[in-house]
Amino acid sequence: MSSLINLIPAPLWHLIMIVAGILAIMVPLLVGVAYLTWAERKVLGAMQMRKGPNVVGPFGLFQPFADALKLMTKETIIPAGANRLLFVAAPMLTFALSLIAWAVVPFGEGLVLADINVGMLYLFAISSLGVYGIIIAGWASNSKYPFLGALRSAAQMVSYEVSIGFVIVTVLLCVGSLNLTAIVKAQEGMWFFIPLFPMFIVFFISGLAETNRSPFDIPEGESEIVAGFFVEYSSMAFALFFLGEYANMILMSGMTTILFLGGWLPPIAIAPFTWVPGPIWFILKICVCLFVFLWVRATFPRYRYDQLMRLGWKVFLPFSLAWVVLTAGVLVAFDWVPK
Amino acid sequence: MTAEVEIKSHTMNFGPQHPAAHGVLRLVLELNGEVVERADPHIGLLHRGTEKLIEYKTYMQAVPYFDRLDYVAPMCQEHTFALATEKLLGITAPPRGQYIRVLFAEISRILNHILNITTYAIDVGAITPALWGFEEREKLMEFHEAACGARLHANYFRPGGVAKDLPAGLAEQIMKWAEGFPRFVDDIEGLLTENRIFKQRTVDIGVISLADAHAWGFSGPCLRASGAAWDLRKAEPYDAYAEMDFDIPIGKHGDCYDRYLVRIAEMRESVKIIRQAIEKMPGGPVKVNDRKISPPPRAEMKRSMEALIHHFKLYTEGYHVPAGETYTATEAPKGEFAVYLIADGSNKPYRCKIRAPAFAHLQAMDFLSRGHMLADAVAIIGSLDIVFGEIDR
Repeated sequence: MSSLINLIPAPLWHLIMIVAGILAIMVPLLVGVAYLTWAERKVLGAMQMRKGPNVVGPFGLFQPFADALKLMTKETIIPAGANRLLFVAAPMLTFALSLIAWAVVPFGEGLVLADINVGMLYLFAISSLGVYGIIIAGWASNSKYPFLGALRSAAQMVSYEVSIGFVIVTVLLCVGSLNLTAIVKAQEGMWFFIPLFPMFIVFFISGLAETNRSPFDIPEGESEIVAGFFVEYSSMAFALFFLGEYANMILMSGMTTILFLGGWLPPIAIAPFTWVPGPIWFILKICVCLFVFLWVRATFPRYRYDQLMRLGWKVFLPFSLAWVVLTAGVLVAFDWVPK
Repeated sequence: MTAEVEIKSHTMNFGPQHPAAHGVLRLVLELNGEVVERADPHIGLLHRGTEKLIEYKTYMQAVPYFDRLDYVAPMCQEHTFALATEKLLGITAPPRGQYIRVLFAEISRILNHILNITTYAIDVGAITPALWGFEEREKLMEFHEAACGARLHANYFRPGGVAKDLPAGLAEQIMKWAEGFPRFVDDIEGLLTENRIFKQRTVDIGVISLADAHAWGFSGPCLRASGAAWDLRKAEPYDAYAEMDFDIPIGKHGDCYDRYLVRIAEMRESVKIIRQAIEKMPGGPVKVNDRKISPPPRAEMKRSMEALIHHFKLYTEGYHVPAGETYTATEAPKGEFAVYLIADGSNKPYRCKIRAPAFAHLQAMDFLSRGHMLADAVAIIGSLDIVFGEIDR
């Protein structure tokens, strides 16, 4: 075995390790996405007093695979007058971006693919790029409903990114680092959602808007603009948007967990809790956040486009800005600024 | 250097294949960005020529056409036609028949309002009420089925009464259901009534003043939401409504939210009427005992030659209605549903003009949605309670 390792030159070996790391993240993530769609239908079903998928496999567990197979066998239709290149590129972009972000997410102590110092900024940047997939899709379809959807999502995502930015600044002030592992470790005493509770709420709601989830699903707006930006998409192109949306939901839940819910840390650092490995805690917390995502979808009507803007610019933005100032003031006043 | 740029509004086809078009509404929207500048409803995609077809059918054969108008509340339309024919024939249904008709008219009203409120909730983005509501509708459909054998196209109310008496035990089942139903309304209200987003989406949207509502020919819950306590069940009581104790809920502002509240309150009133109808229901026949109008029981046909002849005549030629004309209106769930029936003494109506309430409501679409956003137009359509079966006829 060792001779085999010696046969492979060091840079190539390094490359193999990176690819293995990527696969170790991607494969469980995609399975997670598949089962998130299943979980969503089950949770919604339970809340709506029906069963949800229960025919394909035990408890409908093979339903996601049946759906995937169905979508793969469909024909990809490119509408006449569409910009073919962009039309095809848009779903790829959305999907790729939703996966790239996971490179910096720490699943446990040291369990991270790229432990870069500006991890938080990287995540923020990638999630901001997500809007391009949607705008390009809406524009390239050369159709009215997708175009409206694209316009809506552009306005929406820009508005909510600003307040997300301030929330991140608040956390940054308390930690003194943009490294995600450092952010988690700073919460060993107390998870940030306790001292920064209002910011936690703002972040979560902005996360709903950022991922186009109900009650902010106006770019899709089922009952208004049919399916918004992906009206014209079918087959795997549609599936990529779908997977991208769900991967983004998981990513947003992951960000919430890292920023406010102590990442992989157990709730209390005593015996029975510390036995459970960190990644399990991380996944459990993500599941809780995802459940709230689904719960919100079952409960709330959809905002109107201008009301969403108002909430973003007139409520969240001033509030988060004020909270940044307040946090900074408190940190300086009590000399708590992290060194 | 200033260049003059003319920004043209863009036109969008909203429907007929659109999840919020409530059937086959084709709404041509002229939009400026997302603001509606003109809404032009196009109708006729579900036109079946009902009025003309009725002219070629006997009075008894005409009844099923009324099920297919507003297919959400079929029995209420039958009610109007039955009353109109009875008026021309100069007969009234026996008391038990009247009570059964009131009972099922109110069940139909609840069927209609549940469908409207829940689909309206879907239109503004809340998906859960619909799935809760359809379970409740299912129970009501089963009552329909128990009484007449069909879930939707009942053909149960006939000129002269109802087709057959209630099966044993149905009244108790309906009573038991009526006990639990207000709790279901509470659940739906819990999701919607005080929900901030729902209120933001509906309050002050699609406002219509009382004068405008009258001018556009509004009736039913849409008119009452604007403040008029006008209800044909009270104003011109038909059948057993005069003996029922119920209130007319009205709104103040005439906006989408008030139209929703009025319907919620009406469901509670309907439950009151259902319970009274069952409690007060007398015994006796359910249809007139005139063999020239209502068919004899099957057992009698086996014994009596005369009954057999009556049966044969009724189901081939039908009965002749004396010449005359009537405008008979009833309070259907959507508003004033009326039949203008002209008889020429033959066995077929000479003319049967149908007044569908949703037709009048839909024509106000442009008036209501002008200046609102696209998403509001959807909420307005939902609040008007449009069903294309009766609009296109």
